[in-house]
Amino acid sequence: MKRSEFIKKTTLGSFAAIIGTELVFGSKILKGYTPLAMQEPDPFKLFNKNPEMVVLNDKPWNIEAQAHLLDDKITPNSCMFIRNNGLIPEDIDPKTWMLTIDGESVIKEKTYTLAELKSKFKHHTYQLTIECGGNGRNEFDPPAKGNQWTVGGVHCASWTGVRLRDVLENAGIKTNAVYIGYHAADLHLSRDPNKEPISRGCPLEKALQDETILAFQMNGEDIPLAHGYPLRLVAGGWPASVSGKWLNRISIRNKVHDGEKMTGSSYRVPCKPIAPGDKVKDEDMCIIESMPVKSLITYPKTGAIISKGKALNIRGHAWAGELEVVKMEYSIDFGSTWTTCPVEKPANRLAWQHFNASINFPKEGYYEIWARATNTNGIAQPMLLPGWNPKGYLNNACHRIAIKVK
Amino acid sequence: MTKEEAFRKKVMKVYRAIALLFGLFIITGAGLVYYTINPGFFNFKSDSENVVAVVEEVDEDRIENGIHVRTGLLDAEGLMTVVNNCTFCHSSKLITQNRMNTERWNATIKWMQETQNLWDLGKNQEVIVNYLVTNYPPQKKGRRMVLNNIDWYELEN
Repeated sequence: MKRSEFIKKTTLGSFAAIIGTELVFGSKILKGYTPLAMQEPDPFKLFNKNPEMVVLNDKPWNIEAQAHLLDDKITPNSCMFIRNNGLIPEDIDPKTWMLTIDGESVIKEKTYTLAELKSKFKHHTYQLTIECGGNGRNEFDPPAKGNQWTVGGVHCASWTGVRLRDVLENAGIKTNAVYIGYHAADLHLSRDPNKEPISRGCPLEKALQDETILAFQMNGEDIPLAHGYPLRLVAGGWPASVSGKWLNRISIRNKVHDGEKMTGSSYRVPCKPIAPGDKVKDEDMCIIESMPVKSLITYPKTGAIISKGKALNIRGHAWAGELEVVKMEYSIDFGSTWTTCPVEKPANRLAWQHFNASINFPKEGYYEIWARATNTNGIAQPMLLPGWNPKGYLNNACHRIAIKVK
Repeated sequence: MTKEEAFRKKVMKVYRAIALLFGLFIITGAGLVYYTINPGFFNFKSDSENVVAVVEEVDEDRIENGIHVRTGLLDAEGLMTVVNNCTFCHSSKLITQNRMNTERWNATIKWMQETQNLWDLGKNQEVIVNYLVTNYPPQKKGRRMVLNNIDWYELEN
């Protein structure tokens, strides 16, 4: 039996009986919304994910990759992390989908259908690195609150869409504009229709960059549902939460956007460094903008046992938020010595860069290969955890894999 | 027939008529409500697929090997209070992933109440926080953890 038919023939009352719990806000559930418990229980089938992906959270869905799954130069959907803050919208009709441009600083509020966006504005395709602000959170001590991402909250897919700048300028930007904030169709976990799960944004300067796009395609196809179908803001190099999914409204603001998860400690770090575990007042927390320099060894998978006397080829990616990676090094002696290895130029600005090396090991035994990237400003990845912060953001410590030579 | 009797009979007639109307109204109303819920009822073509909802009789709160199967939470004092208050909005995975002390759990609960529609937990708050700090205590990690849980495999290099 098809799920949709089953839904039609049951009522909220019987949902409650089957799920075994009362539905708060049951009367306010969006028409056509299917409670989570009724959805396809296997997230790997539901989202077409590689079975080696790791589910951190199933309500809301938070799924991460492992380093070796990110070996492709352009990340396929199957290995892209999912970080949802609310419940995925259902029954999306691309024919009736609208994007509204409004806000204090819009000259004329305008609404566009998807077809209008696609036909009115020039299309652009970019490879863009999107990393979750909390990628690497699991390493912070004392532990930081939230989903415990390890290394797999990053991807670099190819996105096609129209420039946000072109659309904003079509509606008209007042001279007092400083920020944009997005609004989307996902539903708050409490099912309260008056609450938004997330509504973030970026300074106007970032919004107007060539590479900041309103995407309707990913890797040459419609964007998968979990990644924001039918319309996603893609702002490469910044915390992935800026790249809002299921977009239906963008507000041009005359002040820093104050939507959900823009304030408090969300996607913010202490303006001044603090000791691990220290408390920080909300007003002393600053919004994260560009992500830091970082790299990942994607081949081989950690745990390889290799034969002595033969070189081991490694490869991976490196990225640097708004900047570029200019140097890539590896160490097999815990940082006592570093060897520089080649790193390619990015396919376009904000795309991750690929590195490779051929490593000879002096004798049998246990080794760790550590990778370290350096950005255009000469800033490199730390070997230890960077500054502690209450929510565990921005861990860009060197990635390492374990190797045995016998 | 006295005048009074005739009047009584008339009243009865009116009463029956009203009762009949009321009855019809109830039946029509019920029919309409049923039709709203099952719009397909008056389509006399039978569906190609039959709807069979089988609800299995399983204890949804069963414990296996010290684990509450439905949520994966450890079976210990306060378990069901945690299940009933903390797994409605978000997954139990968000709880087991996070390691915090009493103070930080209380602060997190306050944040959920202020921003995420969490209800007042009353006396249950202490039960919940005790369960969490006892069964999911913070672990020391230092500035960098040792690589562990490595799946070793042979690689042709």
